[in-house]
Amino acid sequence: MSDTGKTIPQMITGRFQYDDSHTIERYRATDGYAALRKALDMGPEAVHNEVKAASLLGRGGAGFPAGVKWGFCPPGVWPRYIVVNGDESEPGTYKDRLLMERDPHQLIEGVLIAAYAVGCAQAFLYVRGEMAHAQERIAAALNEAYAAGLVGKNILGSNFSCDVILHWGAGAYIVGEETALIESLEGNRGMPRLKPPYFPAAKGLYMQPTIVNNVETLANLPWIIRNGAEAYTSFGAENSRGTRMFAVSGHVKKPGVYEVEFGTTTFRDLIYGVCGGIRGSHTLKAFIPGGASAPWFYEEHLDLPLEAGAVGNAGSMLGSGAVVVMDDTTDAVKAAWRVVRFFARESCGKCTPCREGTSWLEKIMRRMLDGHGRPEDIALLLDLCDNISPQITWPPKQTTICPLGPSAVSPIASAVMRFKDEFQAYCGGGDIPTSVTIGGKAYLPPEGAPAGV
Amino acid sequence: MPRFTAENTILAKEIIGRYPLPKSALIPLLHLAQEQDGHVTEAAMEHIAELCGVTPAEVLGTCSFYEMFKLEPVGKYLINVCTNISCMLLGGEELLHHLEESLDIRPGSTTADGMFTLEDVECIAACTEAPCLTVNYRYFHQISHDEADKLLDDLRAGRRAHEVPVHGVLGKVRQQIPLERRAGAAVPGECETPVWLATSDATEGAGA
Amino acid sequence: MSEQTETTVKITIDGTEVEARDGELVIAAAERAGTYIPRFCWHPRMSPVGMCRMCIVEIDTGRGPALQPSCMIPVSEGMTVTTDSEVTKKAQDGVLEFLLANHPLDCPVCDKGGECPLQDQAYAYGPGESRFVEEKRHFEKPIPISDLVALDRERCILCDRCTRFSKEVAGDTLIHFIDRGNQTQVNTFPDHPFASYFSGNTVQICPVGALTAEPYRFKARPWDLDQVESTCTSCSVGCRVVVQASRNEVLRKQGVDIDGVNWGWLCDKGRFDFQSIHADTRLAEPMVRSDDAHARTSWADALDRSAAAITAALESSGPAGIGVIGGARLTNESAYAWAKLAKGVIGTDNVDCQLGDGLPAEAVLGLPRATIDDVCTPGGTILLVGVDPKDELPVLYLRLRHAIVEDGATLVELVPHATGLTELAAQTLAYAPGTAADVARSLVSAAPVAAGGLEADTIAAAKAALGDGPVRVILGRGNLADSADVIAAAAGHLVGGVDDIAFLSGLRRGNVHGALDAGLAPGVLPGRVSLDDGRQWFHEHWSTVPGARGLDTRGTLQAAADGKLDVLVLLGADPLSDFPDTDLATRALAGARTVIAVDTLQTASVAQADIVLPAAGDAEVAGTTTNLEGRVSRLDQKVTAPGTARPDWVIAAELAFRLGDDLGLESVDDVFAELATVAASHRGLTADAIGVDGVVVPLPVAEEAPAEPAAGTESDVDPEAAEAQADAEAEDTDGSEAEAAPAPGPAVPGGIRFEAPPVSVPQIDGYKLRLVTTRKLYDEGAATAASPSLSKLAPGAAVLLHPHDFDRLGVTSGSQVSISNREGGRGSLTVPVQVSDGVPRGAALLHYLQPGGHASALISSDTVVTDVRVEVVK
Ligand SMILES: Cc1cc2nc3c(=O)[nH]c(=O)nc-3n(C[C@H](O)[C@H](O)[C@H](O)COP(=O)(O)O)c2cc1C
Ligand code: SF4
Ligand code: FES
Repeated sequence: MSDTGKTIPQMITGRFQYDDSHTIERYRATDGYAALRKALDMGPEAVHNEVKAASLLGRGGAGFPAGVKWGFCPPGVWPRYIVVNGDESEPGTYKDRLLMERDPHQLIEGVLIAAYAVGCAQAFLYVRGEMAHAQERIAAALNEAYAAGLVGKNILGSNFSCDVILHWGAGAYIVGEETALIESLEGNRGMPRLKPPYFPAAKGLYMQPTIVNNVETLANLPWIIRNGAEAYTSFGAENSRGTRMFAVSGHVKKPGVYEVEFGTTTFRDLIYGVCGGIRGSHTLKAFIPGGASAPWFYEEHLDLPLEAGAVGNAGSMLGSGAVVVMDDTTDAVKAAWRVVRFFARESCGKCTPCREGTSWLEKIMRRMLDGHGRPEDIALLLDLCDNISPQITWPPKQTTICPLGPSAVSPIASAVMRFKDEFQAYCGGGDIPTSVTIGGKAYLPPEGAPAGV
Repeated sequence: MPRFTAENTILAKEIIGRYPLPKSALIPLLHLAQEQDGHVTEAAMEHIAELCGVTPAEVLGTCSFYEMFKLEPVGKYLINVCTNISCMLLGGEELLHHLEESLDIRPGSTTADGMFTLEDVECIAACTEAPCLTVNYRYFHQISHDEADKLLDDLRAGRRAHEVPVHGVLGKVRQQIPLERRAGAAVPGECETPVWLATSDATEGAGA
Repeated sequence: MSEQTETTVKITIDGTEVEARDGELVIAAAERAGTYIPRFCWHPRMSPVGMCRMCIVEIDTGRGPALQPSCMIPVSEGMTVTTDSEVTKKAQDGVLEFLLANHPLDCPVCDKGGECPLQDQAYAYGPGESRFVEEKRHFEKPIPISDLVALDRERCILCDRCTRFSKEVAGDTLIHFIDRGNQTQVNTFPDHPFASYFSGNTVQICPVGALTAEPYRFKARPWDLDQVESTCTSCSVGCRVVVQASRNEVLRKQGVDIDGVNWGWLCDKGRFDFQSIHADTRLAEPMVRSDDAHARTSWADALDRSAAAITAALESSGPAGIGVIGGARLTNESAYAWAKLAKGVIGTDNVDCQLGDGLPAEAVLGLPRATIDDVCTPGGTILLVGVDPKDELPVLYLRLRHAIVEDGATLVELVPHATGLTELAAQTLAYAPGTAADVARSLVSAAPVAAGGLEADTIAAAKAALGDGPVRVILGRGNLADSADVIAAAAGHLVGGVDDIAFLSGLRRGNVHGALDAGLAPGVLPGRVSLDDGRQWFHEHWSTVPGARGLDTRGTLQAAADGKLDVLVLLGADPLSDFPDTDLATRALAGARTVIAVDTLQTASVAQADIVLPAAGDAEVAGTTTNLEGRVSRLDQKVTAPGTARPDWVIAAELAFRLGDDLGLESVDDVFAELATVAASHRGLTADAIGVDGVVVPLPVAEEAPAEPAAGTESDVDPEAAEAQADAEAEDTDGSEAEAAPAPGPAVPGGIRFEAPPVSVPQIDGYKLRLVTTRKLYDEGAATAASPSLSKLAPGAAVLLHPHDFDRLGVTSGSQVSISNREGGRGSLTVPVQVSDGVPRGAALLHYLQPGGHASALISSDTVVTDVRVEVVK
């Protein structure tokens, strides 16, 4: 897809074509566990350096370089743990489930490589509770791997020993946030910890150094170790190397999950190329570039590359690789309400502004949709948003511990600023208050165009 | 009300043994209880509290935080229809309303025959397959209203038993860790430098 | 929290630079600098959680100002904090509006109304008119979560204070957050109520009216209350409190935070037993026995009769014919006045403030002393002997728990059965009844041997846990069926066997330590001085001084029972309930010619008295009290005593006058001043020195001061020397004239010699079990029984047996058994039996003074141990 014309390897989805992609036989027949062997020969530090050199970015949302994160573990503090974040719950996001269901061994191999490099004595594979099939596939794969001497004590006859424990949640989006994930893994309510002081790499599971990585991030490791950092960095753009999975959903002709070159592909390539464009004879109204928390994008953003920096500068985020496309039939108010309801339902309840604020926002919008909107509601919505995320900027400022609360602000700010008339229709008028400042770039109209077009 | 059966008590203890600290087994054990009884009973929570060395209040605190744990009995089949944005755009709400009519219940309630519980849920990670639903957490992608009704009939008639186990059963395969392969739980305060780091020429540098 | 390095950093708060303690949280630093940052979840004695977000302010550590919860961020050099900017104000207003969104508008009917931080904030910062027009969150209105506390979840703002307290401070996680997000609520597990000894604290720290206490609910509005600061005398920990009253009725007690003692906490007994102040069993008028009934009389008549009885006794049998027991209920001043009356006017040494349920005065006064803070030193080593602090000294239990859990202290237990701290202990030595001394000897020996039913290596493990650093001991009586000598002897082995050792008394009675300091014990005089060492000195101050050591309570009761006692004065003592040998107590009250009861409540013993003198009690008298570490702190009066009840010291003065003497004490201040002059331990003590937090006596004395009062270091003072010195001093000064000035001044003799008594434990007959009797927090003790909210909490009598003995008995848990000591000439009880692995093998645990059976009916105080038969009742 990239203009260079070179063919982009399916680094992590390559085996999806086989029906038995989840079995150890197929995995072995397709270079499976070769990387682990190679890693054991290279030695931990060399492996770590290779991953650093590959500048593999985290795929869970924050996009932090994995190799660098691994280096944050304080020296000499043992044990260290690695926790795989397979809680995939961000609306629009659908990739980790596929990786776990279709190619569990690739993930297990990735986990082992990371554990070996960092010196983790135990690994926990935290799968979202609702993903029964993924749990089945991983359990089966782990049983195969244990039997084959690939996991557990003296892996492949080496002195590297590490149990990989399959663990699963029970339904709570917030548990995807890494410190909440750790709380949950400790058997507690999944409430995020305040950071600092608790960065998982320094103080994580049981306050021990803990690496938390997303499923897709780790799934890249076998390819990187097999083919080397240099091969890996030959794909993608300056600070977005390799490939990346994107789930494109909503009003496109061919919704689906695609592995494309990272950083070079544009939204236009993805939506109009790979996915065949907007369904029927409709036109694009808006799209969410990186999961429900991300400010919305529009026509004018289509030519941005799928690259964290570029998207960030434009005022939104690439997040978890979830692109949700809305065509001209979409009710912006209702779409925004759906996203707000999500955050209201998923608030852990710890911070007042999130616990009370998000559900207040949700109640107001539902009242509007039920036909009881009031002109003052638009101002009220935005002022409450401002109290959750001061100055409604991007990246968001927050009066809360984690970004969940502020995440409920972006859909509202996006929709109100861009589709004010639709809100006014529900509210019988009303306007954007001068009292609140809206700092988010993506919320503001494109140069020239007046607000509310 | 039931505690763990003798068999499940043994399994519970084995699961606890996998973790550095017993409380970490809370969620797996609550799933085990739900698998055993269809929902999480008070007696089970008290039993789990004993096994993990915490108070029943702590178990309830954790249990009630997660929506998959049902403190009251639910239908044999729990139908979760996604109405979050991707599905909403492609008919998720209509699918939900259709099922409300077919089952003649509101979301959050259970049919009189105890067969079905219907829920209006958030994103289930099948966004590109909208509209979709799960039954006891088994996925049904891009499902039309007719297919949905057919599914209900099949479930009633027990024709889907092989794909869809009763509520409470998640993964049908359990992780087995053969004793001789077990590396063992890494308990805080009981670990030194991992041997493979100690012996590698990169002791200090490695991962630090 | 407690440990803060004293290095300081400079930070700027709203433009002004201030010094902050390194490691201190911004919210605390700001408060000390005079800037109050609003907050709901933060509490200085609990770890911060940053939940409510009310305290967010702009904090700039170089990377530009950012809104941060000031309760979570420690200060750092050069940090700038802005609490008054528009941004901060908007954010805080926003949080407040969110908190109020679902909060009911029932302030007018809410207990918290008028003293509610949320209400205050709403007025101070709030936007006024609510913009929340949606349906509020609904929960069932107040639900009881325990016998004492009710919870209104609609008012709750989820600050995590009560839940944090229950987990972090009290260690019983019985309340918890349930459900998630906007539906989050605090609740208990079904049928597992919040049955904690400390539940009242959650009511006190709840920032809204969500938690209310049954004894106070709807009783008053905060603005009707006025209050004084005082000290709790429900036990000897001496927690600081405010006593709040309205219309001469005490309605509420709240904890006050002082570093040295209670950190703001109270136990529920101390918090709620104020109900006994206004109980209808209060004694309001003097009474005399005519035939078999009590008849009301005048004070003049009651006092004349009392004096007459004493005079007659002096004539017929001399001072030895008179005995005074009790006094732990009294203030320091009253205790001194009574000591002066008994020893300095009447001249009897048959005086004992303990009721056979404590330890020899010499053990308490003569051993090297430690304070609560000494015992709780971070990283220190604590040896708990005998007592279960959770049941007998509850707030000390909280301090110990914190020391162990948060501050890395090590606990070793030498106790008659598992305690509330056992699960936190490095080692627990649960000794067979009577054997504490043997185990202690083994524990400090080079090579521990098996003792008291414990394996040698168990004791060795405990020895290892003790290490060879300093050891701080909490020395309590523990088993009331063992003779007090058992623990005293154990203490003897410990002082002999550990180099750096000091003791914190574990005696529980309210002001027992003040009474001991005042000399209300045989063989001692005021100021922690022995009768012999102090005789000379007190001759200077008193009309007389007893010639020889007198009888303790047991001896006095025995004498009475044998018809050898003419007058028995019960000074707030109820031997029929409190003396661990009801049989002897009963014979004693029958045998004494005249029984004079000075008390506040109608008790079983008062009912037997010939003359009843009603005393003013808790919250009705001013003065000072002394806690278990020797801390003297103020008691203040809030209400007037019922009827004509009088302070105990006034009664003593009146009696002295009628005995033709004069105590020379006109006011509480007189008594205090005299105490501070004549008592070595209280020398130089002044109201200023006591201040708000109280002060541990003896005060540190300037170098040149001649005689260091006994700080145990002198426990081996040579009596001759001390006496000689006393003489010398007595020469060059007229003590009675000397006013309360710190040293140098008249050297007051000091020093108590502690000699461990010998004990030998008899063999046990294989068919019997050896009785263990310890106290629960709630029993049928006078104050609890007279407090309706508490009386119902006593667990009730039951025999607890080790699984082995339980199985041998072949009964089911809860079935009735008879427990008896007929061979010992004592009674028998029928109570339910339960199994407990916290009880040593061969022992039967029966808690003291429980409804359904008083263990004291079985105990023979004349033997070292009490053996009982436990039999199935057919
Ligand atoms: C509210 C919230 C939800 C999140 N959900 C997920 C998730 O479902 N999966 C995930 O991998 N990361 C999630 N994250 C990001 C994680 O906190 C963490 O950054 C990530 O797992 C790190 O892995 P990576 O560095 O490999 O991306 C979430 C973060 C937030 C604030
Ligand atoms: S922002 Fe919301 S989800 Fe995040 S910690 Fe606070 S309350 Fe929980
Ligand atoms: S007081 Fe700081 S967040 Fe509550």
